[in-house]
Amino acid sequence: MPVTCKEEGRRLTAAVSGELDHHGARAVMEELDRCIDMTLPRELTLDLGGLTFTDSSGIAVLLRAHRRMGQVRGAMRVIHTPPQADKVFQAAGLGRLIRFE
Amino acid sequence: MKVENHVTLDFPSRSANEGFARTAAACFAAQLDPTLEEVNDIKTAVSEAVTNAIVHAYPDTLGKVSMRLRIREDHSLEIVVKDWGVGIADVERARAPMFTTGGDERAGMGFTIMESFMDTLRVRSTPGKGTTVTMRRAIARRAGR
Repeated sequence: MPVTCKEEGRRLTAAVSGELDHHGARAVMEELDRCIDMTLPRELTLDLGGLTFTDSSGIAVLLRAHRRMGQVRGAMRVIHTPPQADKVFQAAGLGRLIRFE
Repeated sequence: MKVENHVTLDFPSRSANEGFARTAAACFAAQLDPTLEEVNDIKTAVSEAVTNAIVHAYPDTLGKVSMRLRIREDHSLEIVVKDWGVGIADVERARAPMFTTGGDERAGMGFTIMESFMDTLRVRSTPGKGTTVTMRRAIARRAGR
């Protein structure tokens, strides 16, 4: 479950690809934490364009990233959410908390 | 209800088997000629049920997880995920959204996802004996077959 982080002018883009489940979620969370701690971004863009599957483990990943960005007083948005992931996130009501574009 | 076909897979509660179980379920369900969305719904629900067994049923040890898939003559898929682990003392509470004993790595949304992606969900559990999750999903018969 690779996470690729790229920072430019305190804007952090993190691309998550592959299948995201409980088996790989901890590594994704830790990598996102590390990227956020290193760059203290004003805005985090999570690019899920390469995500081929997620279950509720992805909900926990998004909630944790959202909380971390709140702690560093930055914004967060999620882009390129595939339909399968979108269905999972919306079933959990994440759209009320997180900006999906 | 007559069963047209069935398969049972037993595996240890290793997290690497989450991906295996949902992929196996998707392959078996292919006999019903589901849409991509229906396949994804099945994969997602299986992933939740199997993850629950792996994370919660056997917290400090490896144990057996059994997944039984049955295609019924009403063109539906029945998925039974069974473990012989610690069990759930209060099933109603465990099914409530946001409830988890798994810390901030878990969202507490597993049963909510299973409920919204499947037609029916039944959870039977006895503390100390184990948990059985039974889900059903009808697959629409498509025209032209």
